[in-house]
Amino acid sequence: MSAPNTMTEQGIKPGFTDLESGSAVEAFVSQDYKYGFYTDVEQETAPRGLNEDTVRLISSKKNEPRFLLDWRLKAYRLWTTMKEPAWQNVHFPPIDYQNIIYYAAPKPKAKGPANLDEVDPEILRTFEKLGIPLDEQKRLSGIAVDAVFDSVSVATTFKDKLGELGIIFCSFSEAAQNHPGLIEKYLGSVVPFSDNFFATLNSAVFSDGSFCYIPKGVRCPMELSTYFRINARDTGQFERTLIIAEEGSYVSYLEGCTAPMRDSNQLHAAVVELVALDNAQIKYSTIQNWYPGDKEGKGGIYNFVTKRGKCAGVNSKISWTQVETGSAITWKYPSCILLGDNSIGEFYSVALTNHYQQADTGTKMIHIGRNSRSTIVSKGISAGHGQNTYRGMVKMLKGAGGARNYSQCDSLLLGDKCGAHTFPYLEVKNSTSQVEHEASTSKIGEDQIFYCRQRGISSEDAVSMIVNGFCKQVFKELPMEFAVEAQKLLGVSLEGSVG
Amino acid sequence: MLEIKNLQAKAGDKEILRGIDLAVRAGEVHAIMGPNGSGKSTLAQVLAGRETYAVSAGQVSYQGRDLLAMSPEDRAREGIFLAFQYPVEIPGISNLYFLRTALNTVHKHQGLEELDAVDFLVLAKEKMKALGMEESLMTRPVNEGFSGGEKKRNEIFQMAVLEPKLAILDETDSGLDIDALRIVADGVNALRGPERAIIVVTHYQRLLNYIIPDYVHVLSGGRLVKSGDKDLALELEDKGYAWLEEGAAA
Repeated sequence: MSAPNTMTEQGIKPGFTDLESGSAVEAFVSQDYKYGFYTDVEQETAPRGLNEDTVRLISSKKNEPRFLLDWRLKAYRLWTTMKEPAWQNVHFPPIDYQNIIYYAAPKPKAKGPANLDEVDPEILRTFEKLGIPLDEQKRLSGIAVDAVFDSVSVATTFKDKLGELGIIFCSFSEAAQNHPGLIEKYLGSVVPFSDNFFATLNSAVFSDGSFCYIPKGVRCPMELSTYFRINARDTGQFERTLIIAEEGSYVSYLEGCTAPMRDSNQLHAAVVELVALDNAQIKYSTIQNWYPGDKEGKGGIYNFVTKRGKCAGVNSKISWTQVETGSAITWKYPSCILLGDNSIGEFYSVALTNHYQQADTGTKMIHIGRNSRSTIVSKGISAGHGQNTYRGMVKMLKGAGGARNYSQCDSLLLGDKCGAHTFPYLEVKNSTSQVEHEASTSKIGEDQIFYCRQRGISSEDAVSMIVNGFCKQVFKELPMEFAVEAQKLLGVSLEGSVG
Repeated sequence: MLEIKNLQAKAGDKEILRGIDLAVRAGEVHAIMGPNGSGKSTLAQVLAGRETYAVSAGQVSYQGRDLLAMSPEDRAREGIFLAFQYPVEIPGISNLYFLRTALNTVHKHQGLEELDAVDFLVLAKEKMKALGMEESLMTRPVNEGFSGGEKKRNEIFQMAVLEPKLAILDETDSGLDIDALRIVADGVNALRGPERAIIVVTHYQRLLNYIIPDYVHVLSGGRLVKSGDKDLALELEDKGYAWLEEGAAA
């Protein structure tokens, strides 16, 4: 059992000559943001600013049941009394919450996109350009996609096929219409509307997101995924995702995100709630590639997200895998509440910060059930002037006898102007739990690059080989399609490890 | 194979090499000796293309090509290998994977067949055995946690696998005990052949008991002040470097 400790590592060593590696690292990390285009569609937006009317407007746009509006209003009223958190290791100018547009939706051609023919072809083309074809012939096999464009879901594929198994996979708005009972039962059950400043804001104004329900004993036969696209200017995106895995069920869910390049910062404050009942398993993977801002740190998305899963049942399991390469600022701690006996929580993360990006990310593992187990593997890569912070909490409550945690937290520094910081918090309240924490910091400098080049390996290949090797422990947790995308994102070839 | 003419190089404002002339033909082994700070390692690094040193004058031709115009990786792909004095650690990349990548890059460049993981493993095991290396070192990250001797041996192992045309050993003997020294020397001798050349940079004569050089050069104050055969090394062992340094100054 380790004593609680806090430590910080600042990986800057003076006197490090940065000639060749400078250019190699630069070239590697300076690849252009490929998803920065803007789609010109007719928009329907709420007026700027936030008040009760905004909340009512969003709710009425979505024709929500009364309980949902009441819930939003409670959240809104609470939010007006709250303050932004200030403990995180990131810096940004104050956000003017009255200058944000809280609802933006492409104008529907008909009454609402009941089927793909009615979706604006511009939007379909947008998703196709992003590598997410939505029409029948070109669909990604084995993956059902819910495509969210600004504040609304525009299409969900394979809905009927999943329906045959009793699986519900649809936009949140649709679920509020068709499955209000499930929403009322589970919404806020993991992340209450009062949870934190950004989660409360989300609870008041959330627009769309995905809803998944996997019935008892069903193993979802395909990956479910949501692709989030911010398109409109000056809007915030506040999506809400809720996944419920009934007894003995299994689901793997993927999430991808991109946004156009803009000079101004845009706010993204999402909430994700997962519930796993007895013997159920949820695997949740994210590739977050919101626009990170330009090389001088101008623009980019503020990604302030609350993600939490509840292992409510015995032997249940929730795994979070995230590859965070985008956003100007990332503030995100996908966590697990390990309530059930023998439940398992996992967190695998790669976070890359480059130029002036900042990330303060990590996880919380709250052990309540007996013999619950958790694993944390965090890989932080810092380049340019990027600042990367791992912040993690492992809590072993009194009843969590025999619980175990293993945390590994590695930082890789490319160049000498970036920083890596580690803040692990451990809290153990019983005498039979085990907590292990390992941390390392390594640096790629001119020496390593020259060594590789002397063996015939070019600087670019050397950097990508090293970065890929560093991340492979996390990449292997991703579903195949995402692993490929993640590696491409990091500018890394697929061949990354021995055998 | 290698022809160096009036090579001068600086690190920052500091002149280190002040006009080196040296010709190395295929099949030859040259030893470059000299006191600390004489520029031995700089010469090795400049030949490998280290950009922390600026070449201020002179020419180097390698197999008829202008070596100084080639990038470090091109030099490596054309068969130049530097065994580093201080091999660096590369986190997260296994020794084996690193070396296979290097070998296949060189093979690809030279139009040879690339080796798959299985064929490569067979080759690597054979070379490792010859060098008395523990197999567990292969799956560990490059040089990470290796002892000084293991790092040096790993350099020779890489050389044995890559089979360079021109090998430059930069103080490979430092930090080796006598048994390791012999094993390393055997590894180098195994590579000797009519189509290859080897430059051994060393401070001490003792390595040259095992790798018998065809020529010995003394580098002092950034110049080659004396050249001779293997007996010169013995003379240096006996008399030290001081008498030559005086000669250089005169």
